[in-house]
Amino acid sequence: MTAADRTQDRPGRLADFVDGMRRSIPVVLPSLPFGLLFGTVGVQNGLSVAEATWMSVIVFAGASQLVGIELFGQKIAPWLIVLSIFAVNFRHILYSAALGRQMKRWSCLQRVVGFFFLTDAQYADGERKALEGPLTFPWYMGYALFLYANWVGGTVVGAAFGNLIPDSHALGLDFLLVIYFLCMVMGFRKRPLWLPVVGASAVSSTVAYYLIGSPWHVSVGAVVGVALAALLTPGRRAAR
Amino acid sequence: MSTTMWIILGGALVTYLTRIGGYLVLSRFQRIHPRVEAGLDAVPAAVLTTLVAPAATTGGPIEWIALAVAIAVAWRGSLVAMFLAGAAVLIVLRNLPL
Repeated sequence: MTAADRTQDRPGRLADFVDGMRRSIPVVLPSLPFGLLFGTVGVQNGLSVAEATWMSVIVFAGASQLVGIELFGQKIAPWLIVLSIFAVNFRHILYSAALGRQMKRWSCLQRVVGFFFLTDAQYADGERKALEGPLTFPWYMGYALFLYANWVGGTVVGAAFGNLIPDSHALGLDFLLVIYFLCMVMGFRKRPLWLPVVGASAVSSTVAYYLIGSPWHVSVGAVVGVALAALLTPGRRAAR
Repeated sequence: MSTTMWIILGGALVTYLTRIGGYLVLSRFQRIHPRVEAGLDAVPAAVLTTLVAPAATTGGPIEWIALAVAIAVAWRGSLVAMFLAGAAVLIVLRNLPL
């Protein structure tokens, strides 16, 4: 890289960072009440404000944090709680395998840092971004840090003050993320095998939701859709 | 540090492991099998659908109308327009004195 490239790069990086933040807004707004909720529920279940905050700071995975809190209240062996958190977060393995392919130009350190922030929304919007152009580290971190600050901040406020959640039903906050994720599903409709994958995942995750319960339906539905795509694809290409 | 703090630290470590694990496994292979590649390409649609479909079954008519409007807009407009249309329908219908 020449010196001229580097000076041109700097505003580009900042613009990427800001654009990433902007793109996270539809997710940041509906997830704020969940941060508040986690802080509130955590303290009600016997965590200190520091412990609830510590969990949001180093785990940063909403569903698994609520499962963990649920288990802290009962006398369950520590290793079993850790195992449950692992099971709930297992889907992230698919995210990192898939999105890692878009990080070929990142440095090793950037990947080590970046993967810490690989939430559901981060993954989905990262893939969307990769459809439009290269997924840059500044864009990724702009998205990640805005969401992270919001999540940790929400936890602190919820834990310290509690019961601050507004009338989230009238504001539609409980369902806005569902609409958002549906938009993301539609955004991938040009991908091969999109319709069979969506159909298989919709049916299997709904069945799992009622038979096994949340949040296991996510892993079940994801595995069924991914396995179907793999099976429907020829094992060998004509030219290698 | 309390026991709880240690359990949380353990939870954080296994969470990070899931977030970097798929990449670490995949990066060991020089060539990715076409079926693995096809499976990975299907990850976004598959995972995101699991976040929508069961939740849709727990909703009522208002939520279904909002989702249907969003899908209809998706065929013509941008994803932002789709989200805003779905969100607007949801919020307006919920606040109507029905």
